Amino acid sequence: MSHHIVEVKGLQHTYADGTHALRGVSFRITHGESVAIVGANGAGKSTLILHLNGYLSPSAGTVRIGDIPLTKQTLPEIRRTVGMVFQDPDDQLFMPTVYEDAAFGPNNLGLPPEEVDNRVTQALLTVGVEHLKHKPPYRLSGGEKRRVAIASVLSMSPDILVMDEPTTGLDPLARRRLITLMKEFRHTKIFTSHDLDMVLDLCERTIVLHEGTVRADGPTLDIFSNEALLAECSLEKPLSMQGCPICGKSRS
Amino acid sequence: MTRNGSSFLDLNYLDILASGDTVIHRIDPRAKVLATALFIIFVVSSGKYEVSSLLPFFFFPVILISLGRLPTRYILLKILFLSPFILFVGIFNPLLDTAPMLHYGTFSLSGGWVSFFSMIIRFILTVGSAFILIATTGFSQICAALEKMGMPKTFAIQLLFLYRYIFVLGNEVLRVSRARELRSFGNRGKELGVFGSIAGTLLLRTWDRAQRIHMAMLCRGFRGEFHFRRPCRIGKAEVVFLACWTSFFALCRMVDIPALMGRFISGVIR
Repeated sequence: MSHHIVEVKGLQHTYADGTHALRGVSFRITHGESVAIVGANGAGKSTLILHLNGYLSPSAGTVRIGDIPLTKQTLPEIRRTVGMVFQDPDDQLFMPTVYEDAAFGPNNLGLPPEEVDNRVTQALLTVGVEHLKHKPPYRLSGGEKRRVAIASVLSMSPDILVMDEPTTGLDPLARRRLITLMKEFRHTKIFTSHDLDMVLDLCERTIVLHEGTVRADGPTLDIFSNEALLAECSLEKPLSMQGCPICGKSRS
Repeated sequence: MTRNGSSFLDLNYLDILASGDTVIHRIDPRAKVLATALFIIFVVSSGKYEVSSLLPFFFFPVILISLGRLPTRYILLKILFLSPFILFVGIFNPLLDTAPMLHYGTFSLSGGWVSFFSMIIRFILTVGSAFILIATTGFSQICAALEKMGMPKTFAIQLLFLYRYIFVLGNEVLRVSRARELRSFGNRGKELGVFGSIAGTLLLRTWDRAQRIHMAMLCRGFRGEFHFRRPCRIGKAEVVFLACWTSFFALCRMVDIPALMGRFISGVIR
């Protein structure tokens, strides 16, 4: 389905204080792709993904989701299509219980109660937090919060999932579980992350942002093998591609 | 988790209690909110020097605690925790109102002390009943009930958000003040200006967070409508609950039951 395509052309964004966060970013992500957007702090990653569902509007350039250009009129449709998972789950989980939080989106879509219930149950089952549904979000652990945040987006059946730093602040096991979970999703996926090992696990394609422009865009392995590029963009080879600290042998 | 940040009121535990399943928990939140509101109005509006006529009102919290299987000790501790407030407010009564009021032989008690005791009793009753309401109903249910009874939706949402984010803010305050403490040696770093900038930082962070929350809401199709879908209905139990308590409160107000019992007992003895 062409709904799953994300096309960004010549995107520029200047904040009110005069910061040029994006200076002409273009890329096209097609159906079912899993893409990482990496870059140093302040490279424009967050600004970029806030354009993908119309929270920020471009100073110049266009964003298209599937066949629809992003405009004020198409905003509701776009927001249903693009599910956004925020970096801090506390920002996303504002309803009194897990269930109500997952039902927030479907209710806003105006779905009938049975359908809302179906979707919420399905979403909670998918991420494995069905047993927490009556709990208030602040009583959950970091990993549980993250899963619930994902469920609250899945319940709207988005075609495209956008996640901002999904593994930040998780313990290794919770991180591993999250990665396994995300591998199962058939959606088009877009991640921003500094966790390059996760990127290596999940994304076949990586876009490197540097000072508001696309510095490189290609297969993840190629990009992570290019040490000059990584150094220029304040990045580093993922740990799993670096030499073994004991025997000194490199895996890649 | 949020344990430290929330320990100032330990709302967490109140929430756990609210998830109980007893006769009291099952009553529609609206009936409980109304009964508690009536209770507070009756208690607060009784005369300045009333002491004995207030005592029967203790039936309400006692019965709710026992039927709702709430930990009495916990509720008492919560009341005690807030008691300095009322002590400061009331402590001047005995100093200002020194006219003797009660006489027991050579010992006399001034009107100030009587009104002070009356105030403490009213404080225990009202604060206790508010805690019991939250512990048997849950904060979000109370908001939903208030909203169903006609409170503007905006207020209900404000209250819900306040309750949701007070933990987050509490934790932030804790972290910032810990950071200050660790870098101030002895009595330094305690200037008023430092606390001013801490408050400023917290305000700005809260502002940022509010923006992010709003963003998260917009991303999920928020268009100014909140949907609470909670099964609740006013049935026989609710009507009986409300009617019984209202008539009991009215009775307590009209008849000084302890005085009546006193007269009855002394009559029997005679």
